[in-house]
Amino acid sequence: MRPLRPRPAITPDIAFFFEGAKEEKLLIQRCTNCKELRHPPLPSCPSCLSFDWDTVEASGRGTVYSFVVNHYPQVAAFDYPLAVALIELEEGTRLVSQIIDADAEDVYVGMAVEVVFIMCDEELTLPMFRPVRRRHSHLWGEEE
Amino acid sequence: MSAMTIASRAAIAGIGATEFSKESGRSELRLAVEACLDAIEDAGISPSDVDGMVTYSSDTNPDIDIARALGIGELTFFSRVHFGGGAATATILQAAMAVATGVATHVLCYRAFNERSGSRFGSGVQNRPNIPTAENAQFAWYAPFGLLTPAQWVAMFTRRYMHQYGATSEDLGRVAVVARDFAATNPRAWFYGKPISLEDHQASRWITEPLRLLDCCQESDGGQAILVTSVERARDLAHPPAVIRAVAQGSGDKQDMMTSYYRDNIAGLPEMGLVARQLWGMSGLVPTDIDVAILYDAFTPFVLMQLEDLGFCPQGEAKDYIAEGHIGRGGDMPINTHGGQLGEAYIHGMNGVAEGTRQVRGTSVNQVEGSEHVMVTSGTGVPTSAMILGVDG
Repeated sequence: MRPLRPRPAITPDIAFFFEGAKEEKLLIQRCTNCKELRHPPLPSCPSCLSFDWDTVEASGRGTVYSFVVNHYPQVAAFDYPLAVALIELEEGTRLVSQIIDADAEDVYVGMAVEVVFIMCDEELTLPMFRPVRRRHSHLWGEEE
Repeated sequence: MSAMTIASRAAIAGIGATEFSKESGRSELRLAVEACLDAIEDAGISPSDVDGMVTYSSDTNPDIDIARALGIGELTFFSRVHFGGGAATATILQAAMAVATGVATHVLCYRAFNERSGSRFGSGVQNRPNIPTAENAQFAWYAPFGLLTPAQWVAMFTRRYMHQYGATSEDLGRVAVVARDFAATNPRAWFYGKPISLEDHQASRWITEPLRLLDCCQESDGGQAILVTSVERARDLAHPPAVIRAVAQGSGDKQDMMTSYYRDNIAGLPEMGLVARQLWGMSGLVPTDIDVAILYDAFTPFVLMQLEDLGFCPQGEAKDYIAEGHIGRGGDMPINTHGGQLGEAYIHGMNGVAEGTRQVRGTSVNQVEGSEHVMVTSGTGVPTSAMILGVDG
């Protein structure tokens, strides 16, 4: 059996993200006082210092802000070459995730991506990102 | 003398090290003890003169164990600094403050590990326990997605930097070529007698794109210790003082440990910029006053960013500054004349402190003639530190 991915250490401050992923929701922490979004989560809002927060569900669309392609060391839980990107979400926050359904050599800064939820094992579901598949009209290359 | 400054109050009076290897064959504690004794002897003092000790919080060798092993006896100051290699010159800051305030008179700063034959940093956090502390939880955003190692964390900054400024893999490679050129003439260096060409760099395999094997420093076994005392006391000791003209720490806005990916701009090291502003203000010096710079080179791209954030060239122009030949042998601002961590050894930046001291003493194997001011920086991508050493008087 394939070894499991490294387990996240989950504190009460960040648990919502991984629980949301199990329900196929990409959640962003939001300050309920000043409405500012933040990721990674923090117990308090750096802008208004409120400890009150809830979450908003992200659209799941974003662009690749930066990325790496990992070759070595190879950890048995992953396939290589492994593309991992820093994704800027439509909502403005960034997060790190894996790029799937694309050859690593085709990933580029600025690439439009969308979220897909992957159940890695019984404990862990992760939001990953794939290139946005543009729908085309009958005129080749013209976007609808 | 201004009462409220650390500038030029303390000096490095002793440097000591073990050999640098890939398999020391002895305990980390023994490496630490050997290095500390070597620094004590280099300074020309006795172990019982030492009354302060500082190391990294990531070091496994307790100060009190070393004190017992060397018969140091009583200590009045002991401290440890966090954030990996960012602690290198921060240990010197701790020591300088202790000396300047009279809390201690002779302070040993040290770092020793079997980082190649023992626990390898390059393998990253794949087996890190998931006990739910804030320090462990930060890896939740990276490790499950396969972003596990320092090289991978650094590569994320690097890709964005290259995208914004048009730097290429060859621009990174020129840093490695310089380091290996200096290492080739340093008998203590692991890569003594083994220079590389830019073609060698370009032919080296990908570790994590855009970083190649030769963009990544070594993993090493070894120990390095530094003895800090007051400038006045140092004048009575074995070597001319390497005066600590300025020394500072910095943690930037929105600072993370290795993954400050959430700043508006990630193509730089603002924490090093914060350190630099303090060093220039404290010393009254400007970048063109620096004769040699020992820039932390765990990975080549952060050398480019340091050149910019320290003020040696404008943002985005390090590739041009390097291509113009400033940083190499015979350049007007040579860097990493010991071969750096790419070429000499990875001792978490502490071997760079020793090389900075040798350049001020005039005893480097790659001595830069007439060098009066030497900058030494610490770990990059983490809360960090740096200092400027100068000749006495």
